[in-house]
Amino acid sequence: MAAIQGDLAFQARSLFRSLLRQSNQFASYNFREYAKRRTKDAFREHQKDTDERVRQELLQKGLRELQVLKRQTVISQFYQLDRLVVEGGKTGKQKGQSGDIFRQKDQGWD
Amino acid sequence: MTNLAPTALRQALKNCPRSSLARGALRNAPATGRISQRTYVSETKPAQATVNVEQAIRAEQKSFMQQTGKRPQDFTVPGVSADAMMSPAAGILKQATVMDEGTRPIYLDMQATTPLDPRVLDAMLPFMTGQYGNPHSRTHAYGWETEAAVEEARKHIADLVGADPKEIIFTSGATESNNMSIKGVMRFFGRSGKKKHMITCQTEHKCVLDSARHLQDEGYEVTYLPVDKNGIVNLEELEAAMRPETALVSIMAVNNEIGVVQPLHEIGRLCRSKKIFFHTDAAQAVGKIPVDVNAMNIDLMSISGHKIYGPKGIGACYVRRRPRVRLDPLITGGGQERGLRSGTLAPPLSIGMGEAARICKEDMAYDSKRITALSKRLKDGLLSMEHTHLNGDPTRHYPGCVNVSFAYVEGESLLMALKDIALSSGSACTSASLEPSYVLRALGNSDEDAHSSIRFGIGRFTTEAEIDYVLKAVRERVNFLRELSPLWEMVQEGIDLKTIEWSAH
Repeated sequence: MAAIQGDLAFQARSLFRSLLRQSNQFASYNFREYAKRRTKDAFREHQKDTDERVRQELLQKGLRELQVLKRQTVISQFYQLDRLVVEGGKTGKQKGQSGDIFRQKDQGWD
Repeated sequence: MTNLAPTALRQALKNCPRSSLARGALRNAPATGRISQRTYVSETKPAQATVNVEQAIRAEQKSFMQQTGKRPQDFTVPGVSADAMMSPAAGILKQATVMDEGTRPIYLDMQATTPLDPRVLDAMLPFMTGQYGNPHSRTHAYGWETEAAVEEARKHIADLVGADPKEIIFTSGATESNNMSIKGVMRFFGRSGKKKHMITCQTEHKCVLDSARHLQDEGYEVTYLPVDKNGIVNLEELEAAMRPETALVSIMAVNNEIGVVQPLHEIGRLCRSKKIFFHTDAAQAVGKIPVDVNAMNIDLMSISGHKIYGPKGIGACYVRRRPRVRLDPLITGGGQERGLRSGTLAPPLSIGMGEAARICKEDMAYDSKRITALSKRLKDGLLSMEHTHLNGDPTRHYPGCVNVSFAYVEGESLLMALKDIALSSGSACTSASLEPSYVLRALGNSDEDAHSSIRFGIGRFTTEAEIDYVLKAVRERVNFLRELSPLWEMVQEGIDLKTIEWSAH
């Protein structure tokens, strides 16, 4: 029994990781943030569930969601749009650190 | 201007001959110990005469990486734009690829429409590609599979509002549902000539008001109820407006501009006791606040697909079966949808709407908790600025719609200043005109007040970062616009604007 339980916990952890990893692939900022947040909140909500059957069902649900995520992230990457103004990251402006990225503007001298 | 510097330099060199005096001064310089020997040309070596292209590129990349100091992190979107900056080839074109923050505005207009949930799209796609059968075809499997999926979607929508699946009629949107309910019921009951009166209210959506106006042209009587200062219909006035010949009362559940929630339970009970049909436009309410057609005694209800993260171009109308609501169909034909709305269904859209309804029901507690928290954050931040106030009732209020007036600022100019945020000053249908919102006028607000209000819509996909960005941007730009305004200066000096006599008026 303990082995099965350990197995289930392992599966849950692995599912959690793959959901998060897949969520990160959304090209759209809002969907990406929602998917990550929803995954974390859903796992936190059911953290204390001990009923074997419920846990199995939740795992199945998570797997279905993972499949949806896999399909939809691919679609979202096909139709990428410009980034939102709130998005930072790689293309964003770094502030206050050394070696900052800053836009070089032509100020009129040639 | 561009040639100025080289010319000036040349001029200066020409005017300064190498006089012995100057040479002497130079030669004497080492003696003072300040300037030692100067060389103007770097050392010549054969290796430096040739340029190794690959090496140069590599050196350039290295310096570029040092300059940005940022390597790709957890971010592995294999697209062009995302990784272009870090790709080796792009490193050379650093000025072209180093970008500021993105340019796409934040979406905060969830009352106009909501983004399509990826899960909804996932449910729709099979029916847009392989399973293209007509749901009304009874002779082959293509029709059967589509029909089964559409019926399941209908069940999800019915579950969301506590109805029976047979009572849900798919339409093209909430506007059609409103037209169908109002015109259909009134024409059916007006035919006998006895019941030719309906009641609606002044803050309704344009499509309800316009349907009522058309009915007036056809000889029906319509009462437009005023609303209280907080945007809520007064029940005593409603009861007073009811007559024996009244056939229909149409009051919206959640207002699209100010987000107030009408007392549906009380209105429904009142209408049922007088045997009057109760229609409600719940496009902004379904999926966001709990709606139960039986508990609220609703006889007809309009639902929209694209306000619940579903696709555009689909809506539904709830038409009660027991006690039966009879209505004259707007669209006649093959008799689909109980004969109330003929025409082939749009299976992908219907299925998408059904899936959206299912997700809304499943996640309602989660979403509303989150939207309430974000809304509180936004409201507190905006109202902490001076001379701002919230429109509509603060308690009987759907939190996802925050309508705030910024005094001494033109709403449209603020919208222009907030180009990086997608907002609106009222309903999308009237956003093309510069007229002040009729909803805010109906609340008794002055023209200036109605002009200076902005609606913020928060939804499932809004993040905290976006709210913070909006708060910062609004604060900066409202202050900026106020600094420009002479009225604001007067207010700061303590002059009451109402006492001023304007010469031009």
